[in-house]
Amino acid sequence: MGTKVLIADDEPNIVVSLEFMMKREGYQVLVARDGPAALEAIRRERPALVLLDAMMPGMTGFDVCEAVRADDGVRDTRILMLTAKGRDTDVARGVGAGADAYMTKPFSTRELVAKVRDMLA
Amino acid sequence: MTAGRARLLAMLAPGAALAVWGVAGAVLLRATLGPDRRPALDAAVAPLVASHGMLVVVWWLGAAACGAWVVARIFDRQVAPVARLAAATRVLAGDAEAPEVPPLGGAGLRDLAAAVNALAAERRSLQDEMAGRVAEASARVAEQRDQLGALMAELQQAVLVCNREGRILLYNGRAKTLLRGVSRAPGGGAGGSDLVGLGRSIHGVIDRPLIDHALETVARRLSRGDAGAARFVTATAGGTLLRVSLAPVRHGEGGMTGYVLLLDDITREQEAHGQRDRRLLELTEASRASFASMQAALDMLDYPDLEPEERERFQAVVRDEVGAMSARLAAAAAGASEDLKTRWPLQEMLGADLLLAAARRIEAEAGQAVAVDAADPGLWLDVDSFALLQALTYLAGRLGAALDAPALRLRLAPAGGRAHLDLVWSGGEIGVEALAGWQTAPMTLGETRSALSLRDVVERHGGELWIERDRARGEALFRFLLPVANAEPGEGPADGESRPAYYDFDLFAASSTSRDFDSRALTEIAYTVFDSETTGLDPANGDEILQIGATRIVNGKLLRGECFDQLVDPRRSIPEAGIPIHGIRPEMVRGKPVITEVLPAFHAFAADTVLVGHNVAFDLRFLKLKEAASGVIFDQPVLDTLLLASIVHPGEASHGLEAIAGRLGVSISGRHTALGDALATAEVFLRLLPLLRQQGITTLGEARTAAEASWYARLRY
Repeated sequence: MGTKVLIADDEPNIVVSLEFMMKREGYQVLVARDGPAALEAIRRERPALVLLDAMMPGMTGFDVCEAVRADDGVRDTRILMLTAKGRDTDVARGVGAGADAYMTKPFSTRELVAKVRDMLA
Repeated sequence: MTAGRARLLAMLAPGAALAVWGVAGAVLLRATLGPDRRPALDAAVAPLVASHGMLVVVWWLGAAACGAWVVARIFDRQVAPVARLAAATRVLAGDAEAPEVPPLGGAGLRDLAAAVNALAAERRSLQDEMAGRVAEASARVAEQRDQLGALMAELQQAVLVCNREGRILLYNGRAKTLLRGVSRAPGGGAGGSDLVGLGRSIHGVIDRPLIDHALETVARRLSRGDAGAARFVTATAGGTLLRVSLAPVRHGEGGMTGYVLLLDDITREQEAHGQRDRRLLELTEASRASFASMQAALDMLDYPDLEPEERERFQAVVRDEVGAMSARLAAAAAGASEDLKTRWPLQEMLGADLLLAAARRIEAEAGQAVAVDAADPGLWLDVDSFALLQALTYLAGRLGAALDAPALRLRLAPAGGRAHLDLVWSGGEIGVEALAGWQTAPMTLGETRSALSLRDVVERHGGELWIERDRARGEALFRFLLPVANAEPGEGPADGESRPAYYDFDLFAASSTSRDFDSRALTEIAYTVFDSETTGLDPANGDEILQIGATRIVNGKLLRGECFDQLVDPRRSIPEAGIPIHGIRPEMVRGKPVITEVLPAFHAFAADTVLVGHNVAFDLRFLKLKEAASGVIFDQPVLDTLLLASIVHPGEASHGLEAIAGRLGVSISGRHTALGDALATAEVFLRLLPLLRQQGITTLGEARTAAEASWYARLRY
């Protein structure tokens, strides 16, 4: 099987497209619907990369990101944050929490795919 | 007592004098006889002593009794009344309104009393004349002040004027209403008077550093030659947000003597702002998420090799998100039009009044006669009446110019939660383009051109405007959809509260930098005069306070408008025996705040003042016992009118409140309610001040020393 990618987002409408696209790119796709599930999946499945939504019930994406960076077992997981929060302060918060990259919704899927390829190269 | 002993001594005096006189005569007689003739006298008198001595003694006793009776009569009629006459005269000298000197004693003294009364009457009439002139002179000043007061009362803004030290010289009803909301007193017993009151410090409401900073800013601007107010926003202890504007009061070329504060409660405004921002942010973020889903789904649809069910799935995503976005936008738009309504200041106006005003204006400015249909008399509108009248006049003018003498009619009817205001015309057709142009072009009235268009006016009301035609009747109409006013009245001060404004400009000159109460003049101090009603006389054994009433004396004036009147739930039964006295029944105190809630409020009410009460030691015992439970300590100086009265009238037997009030000419109403007694005590206190001054007691320290030394104080402690 190919590289594992986790999609963590509570919006099924975007997960449908992201999942389809990542599978077409040849990755093995996992899906988590909220923060705690995402963290659990990261620790269990050790994906190479996480597409992490910032606003999720339970734990926000920022919280998950901080928890991953604090966990020695999974701290090297690459994290690409996807968020509808577009203010400068939100971007700063994402970078502060330790995200490798940050994309503001809406985004072009072509760019997203290119970025994911870069990060996994 | 001293008077009784003096009388007794005076009565014994004649007998004693007669005895001394007789004995001295006998001794003198014997001394003048030669030694040779004395034995003969002794021999002649000696046997008589035994037989007739008693006769002489009885004779003497009779004379002594007669003398005592005469002296007693003279004492009662001439001596004792003199002291009472003197005391009564002193009262009269201090207070021309005091009761007349009573006619006592003999004819001479009665004459004297009459003469004193005549003198007092003369002085009274002189005083009345003077007072009349002063009243006349100050009537003009008062008129100006009343105009100022009326203006203040009408202001929608809360206004406070303070002297340099932050003492309040003037406040309007609005300020009291606003700060009542800020007050933490339970049950509203203080009615805002615990924070706002003449002579009170503004720092109780606004922190001192904020005021000081604003004053520095103003001073800096003044030194640069700029005028203008300093503005800041502050949060009160109760969480209310106040926008404060501080403008200096200047005296000639000299510096600032005080400042004017304009207060606005912007709590709700800020909340509305915050809510709007929040809604905007939510809308933005939700839209981003939706667009992201749609964009991604559309990108997927670009793949040419999709299976039909995959294609269907991505199309469903787009449809779903479009629906969600539409719903979200509809909700946002509804919220925004609510906002618009709250943002533009609209006034409540009776619909019928608006129609009449519009008809008058149209006739005057456009020269058109307008018929007015009777409107619903209970229909109130929320309108910018100026702009709306302008709009109606403009339309009437346009119609008059386009048609030959059109028949115009105004009518108003409720429509759902809003109202229809119709300008109906007949007498010709007007093109659709022309009508549309009228609505969007800036309005012109004669020569003047308004910045607003009809559309702007309508939007300002959060309303609508359209045209309806009734071809059968040959009529057409402009219909304004307007907001109606809520039935509930605005939050202005309730009736009877709006006037008068409360002011005392004498406080401009008042200085109270010295915190040392004892050296301050009695007339300059601010007092809290209070009384309490209790379940019984023994706080140590469970008796509790039922009611606290208090009023304030500032600058020698009794402030009847600044009272504290609070019933207290004693959390125990009220003995039947006391109910006829204080009139407080158990059901009256049910649900009222308890003493531990009331005392902090009363403490705030009495802050920075000297406490005054009648037989105040009784009330203080109750307060002291609650110090631990309520967490407030009443450690300010205390004066007792009972002790002060005993200094002024040492000879009187009764120093009950009623007796003192009677002597000083104070009429009491509402006795045995805490507030009624506090007001009576305050009046008594004000009458006592000049009498104390006659005895050389002018400062608080002197008054306290004299009170402690008084006979009553020694008796009681």
